[in-house]
Amino acid sequence: MNLLGRLLALWAIWRRVLRGDPQPLAEDPDPRERELPESERAELLAAIGLLASAGLAIAFIVLYVVYPNTPLLGATAGLSLVSLAFALMFASVRVVPQVTEVEERSLLDHGEQEHREIADEVRAGGEGISRRGLLVGAGAVCGGCVGAAALVPVASLGPRIGGRLASSPWRAGRLLVDEDDRPITADRLAVGGLVTAFPQGADKSDLGASVVVVRVDPGDLRPSPRRRGWSPRGYVAYSKICTHAGCAVSEFRSPESPTTTASGPALVCPCHYSTFDVTRGAKVVFGPAGRPLPQLPLRIDARGRLRAAGGLSDKPGPAWWGEGGPRA
Amino acid sequence: MSVLRRGAPERDPIARPVDFVDQRLGAAPVLKKTLSYVFPDHWSFLLGEIALYAFVMLIATGTYLALFFVPSHSATVYHGSFAPLQGTSGTEAYMSTVRISFDVPAGLLIRQAHHWAANIFIAAILIHLMRVFWTGAFRKPRELNWLIGVTMLMLAIVEGFAGYSLPDDLLSGMGLAIAYAVALSLPLIGGQLATLLFDGRYPGGEDFWPRLFIAHVFIFPMVIGALIAVHLAIIMRQHHAQFPGPGRRERNVVGTPLWPGYALRSLGWFAMVAGVIMLLGGLIQINPIFQWGPYETWRSTNGAQPDWFLGWLIGGLRLMPAFEPRFGGQTWIPNPFFGGALFPLICFGTLYLWPWFEQRFLTRDFRRHDLLDRPRDNPLRTAIGAGFFAWVFIVFAAGAADRLLVSAGISYIGQVWFFRIAAIVGPFIVGRITYKICAELRDTGRHPLRGFSGRRVERAPTDGYATVSESVGDREPAARPPDRASAAGTAPGEPSRTRTGDLR
Repeated sequence: MNLLGRLLALWAIWRRVLRGDPQPLAEDPDPRERELPESERAELLAAIGLLASAGLAIAFIVLYVVYPNTPLLGATAGLSLVSLAFALMFASVRVVPQVTEVEERSLLDHGEQEHREIADEVRAGGEGISRRGLLVGAGAVCGGCVGAAALVPVASLGPRIGGRLASSPWRAGRLLVDEDDRPITADRLAVGGLVTAFPQGADKSDLGASVVVVRVDPGDLRPSPRRRGWSPRGYVAYSKICTHAGCAVSEFRSPESPTTTASGPALVCPCHYSTFDVTRGAKVVFGPAGRPLPQLPLRIDARGRLRAAGGLSDKPGPAWWGEGGPRA
Repeated sequence: MSVLRRGAPERDPIARPVDFVDQRLGAAPVLKKTLSYVFPDHWSFLLGEIALYAFVMLIATGTYLALFFVPSHSATVYHGSFAPLQGTSGTEAYMSTVRISFDVPAGLLIRQAHHWAANIFIAAILIHLMRVFWTGAFRKPRELNWLIGVTMLMLAIVEGFAGYSLPDDLLSGMGLAIAYAVALSLPLIGGQLATLLFDGRYPGGEDFWPRLFIAHVFIFPMVIGALIAVHLAIIMRQHHAQFPGPGRRERNVVGTPLWPGYALRSLGWFAMVAGVIMLLGGLIQINPIFQWGPYETWRSTNGAQPDWFLGWLIGGLRLMPAFEPRFGGQTWIPNPFFGGALFPLICFGTLYLWPWFEQRFLTRDFRRHDLLDRPRDNPLRTAIGAGFFAWVFIVFAAGAADRLLVSAGISYIGQVWFFRIAAIVGPFIVGRITYKICAELRDTGRHPLRGFSGRRVERAPTDGYATVSESVGDREPAARPPDRASAAGTAPGEPSRTRTGDLR
């Protein structure tokens, strides 16, 4: 408070030194005035500003033709406009007549009498009509129905939601492949490693497709009884799309996540820092996500490649009203 | 002059076009009135003009960009002059934006100027809105223009988001994913609405990109442009409000007429806004999408920041605890609803309703006002406004928490808890301080910038206080405030010698 006061006092001193004392104001003087600057020097300066602007504009054109370099183009165009601005503003205060005018405001309110007359005129339009209620009702019904008919085509903007919001291409037996469609083998990752995987042949951008595969020490895993056997040799796979707002959960903090959680390897979404504990079924340990990432049960086939042992444990992606609970 | 013209009556070169227009449109009275239309002068009245001129620049640069941009999500391979992306595949939207940046002469300048203009546009609207709020310029008869202005702010944010999403780079994809999740989170209608907007589940169907494009280059600009026209027409009808001053009364307006002073000044201001936008566009890099890379649903990056005007929504989403009510095995309200939809709804709802709330509950003042309040004249309004904007600003600051984590290593959890508490406590502290300052300024007649004009009380050497002078206003020597400021500075241990209030 004190510091602020001092700063303000300093500012006040500065203002006084600069501007001198404010003159005491007379009682409501007539502020009308007109003053002619009549300064040839000012006119010359304004002209110099305009000519500088013209010169810079020509420089812009020449640069555009011979050397279209972004900073130079921006500097010439910008400075041309800025010197034009200075010329115009300078002319406005030093060259043209300085006028202070008083204008009376128009009266917006024409008074109750006028308003009532308008109301009467509106009312007079319905004179002699006996079945007013019927007409108004019919009009309202008509307006509502025509309006609804006009709005219905909006539905063709998008497909009906049906099962699409919850769909996922994962099925038991599908091979996990990486971005370049190479199968992911069981020796791909060391403990603490991460790879993004997709079902072989699926559309990779589908929200239900991408999973993040991480490898942890099998001794660290604490799966629920239903999920026992979903993570062979410490390979665990979860949907990569955050259940909070649909961003890709692309950060893996292992052995622990120092920024958002205190213990254990965790997946972190960089959008809002929802943090999922990979050893406990992607339980949310920090951040705004409302439910865990859906888990993909894995198995390792005879040729040592990772395959899905079933579908995702839950619907992938952000939640919506009426979305069913997890099948945990 | 030719020989033939000699002897003919000298014709006034300005009167001739006036003749032409008036004889066809009968516009003489309108022209006369327009030339002498009076603008009251105050620097803060230029904020709205910045927004207007930034919009003009947005239309000009945006039209140019639209001639090169391809609003399509179909895949293409880049063959252009930017070596790092040579031969990589991506969407037409992304690659055409890269082409604008490197293969269209002046393309990068125009693209960056467009982006800078958008940031300036929304910033100017916001600061203009604060000016209008704190000076009470929204009061009768200007409530309609307040509503239009708040609507334009909202539309400008959505329009800015759409524009920032169009290039389909990594950042815009992350933003769109969040927008999808927020649309999906709306109670009852979320699922249908999101699939309608995106033509299916995110990342959307074929039609989504052309739709986003039309929304950005046609629907929103048209609506904003129409609202600007109405905004200006209403200003012309009502005339500008003005601060109190010599000769200024509720029913007049004192200032510079349009011709010549104000026209030159305003044109100059336009050139200044345009010039600064071009300088920024040419000299300061913004949104280098060729560095972010193309987006895929499975990609994201740490420390990513959206344009500043979305920071408050990111902050809202980040600060919200993991609360997602479920009932009967179903999700009822998905979490993004609170930070991404409810929070802005509360903010804009407050802004929309404020003029009527203030009129009904704070001032009971139903008269027409054309003289502005200074912020101190209504300390309660100023304090509530300061608290409200502080609240939004704290949440906004929380949106940058990951930058602080990545660049300064400050614990994210610690920051989230700090900002959560600050968002609840901060507005009350800011409001209280603002109220005290305003009430003090109002009661002492002290101007924060022009010194003091109240009573001066000194403590006697022994005990007690005495009024030294009734007023140290206009006639006191200029040296008075510096004296006392230095006295306060040289005797820090001593209690304040005067009782002019908290500001000392």
